[in-house]
Amino acid sequence: MEFKDYYKIMGVARDATQDEIKRAYRKLARKYHPDVSKEPDAEVRFKEIGEAYEVLKDPEKRAAYDQLGTSWQSGQEFQPPPGWNQGFEFHDGGFAHADASQFSSFFEALFGNRFNTNRRYRDEGFDMRGNDTHAKISIDIQDAYLGSVRTITLQHTELGPDGRPQVKTRKLNVRIPKGVHQGQLIRLAGQGSPGIGKHNAGDLYLEIAFNPHPFYKIEGKDVLLELPVTPWELALGRVVKVPTPTGMVDLKLPPGTQSGRKLRLKERGIPSKPPGDLYVILQIVLPSADSEQAKGLYEEMERKLAFNPRSKLGV
Amino acid sequence: MIVNQNIIDAVIVEEGVELTLDELSRACAVNAEWIVTLVDEGILEPLDIAANPWRFNGICLRRVRIIQHLQQDLEVNLAGAALALQLLEEIDSLQLRITALEAHVKGS
Repeated sequence: MEFKDYYKIMGVARDATQDEIKRAYRKLARKYHPDVSKEPDAEVRFKEIGEAYEVLKDPEKRAAYDQLGTSWQSGQEFQPPPGWNQGFEFHDGGFAHADASQFSSFFEALFGNRFNTNRRYRDEGFDMRGNDTHAKISIDIQDAYLGSVRTITLQHTELGPDGRPQVKTRKLNVRIPKGVHQGQLIRLAGQGSPGIGKHNAGDLYLEIAFNPHPFYKIEGKDVLLELPVTPWELALGRVVKVPTPTGMVDLKLPPGTQSGRKLRLKERGIPSKPPGDLYVILQIVLPSADSEQAKGLYEEMERKLAFNPRSKLGV
Repeated sequence: MIVNQNIIDAVIVEEGVELTLDELSRACAVNAEWIVTLVDEGILEPLDIAANPWRFNGICLRRVRIIQHLQQDLEVNLAGAALALQLLEEIDSLQLRITALEAHVKGS
């Protein structure tokens, strides 16, 4: 397992005061909160910060962690020394903010995976129907266009017979609803936690994210595609082939369009109700003057076209 | 490993799903009273305030979960979380407008 430098993760000095640690945590948590942040690795960072804070905010855990010494580097192969935390007594009642099962194996090795079943918002009623559960899944953009069936693997933690948490894995074949887009929730009735006795199981809610695609970008239900074109295709307004998630289409370029311009292919985005649009962003690619013929053509343009793209700059 | 070979149909919660007060609180593992507080604060709106039981548009589930996460993780109070949610939704809609507008700006 890899050593984790909690001070480095929080961006504080090893002798930082508890107040400094708290301030650093609040700032980072706001920056990387998955509901707020647009950073691509926000979720990973947020978990890391949560884990670091779990240790550093608690003077007992922090002192035990400090015992490991200063010679460790982040990412270094690590095994806790035998009996490293002897003489430390931990008093805290659990993890108020974080789901302990999400913490790294480094954290587990040091502080144990003390399973915490007290959820802050747990309904205290006598409803024996199974709980609703939530998970996130990543799908391909084509799945949202076609409504394909995907096999998803879910993991959850259950308390084993020895009272220790066990990770259980299950696979489900899910028909992805056509037109679903980023951040939406889909509901799978009866796939949550099992009910007690003859009561129904809860529902499973899945939050949708898209796997990165080599050339499509997704914004809401709109899809963006950067399309390389030649200068003459743009200048002359030629018809070019454009790949869309449902197949090739022919696109007539408006003559004289400049590079960087976005063209909208109406309702060719994700087929929601109403459907999104597909935006084609035109990018001019210049052929290089690497042959006598290419060089000659460029020189001919230079001689015959009185073209100054910098006239607006006064040069 | 538990493998279920059946194909399970899923529905998009934000499109056409309505949740009762009971279903919404269960989906977020909160007390119904807390949902009522969100309605009182003007953060959520039932489809018909006079109806009994209240029914909510599926979009409300996502909103409740964001409020919940912000309160838990950032320790902001309800008013602060509600303000953040409102601003996040505004950013999302502005982002979509930017994408659409850029298509109309010549030579951009």
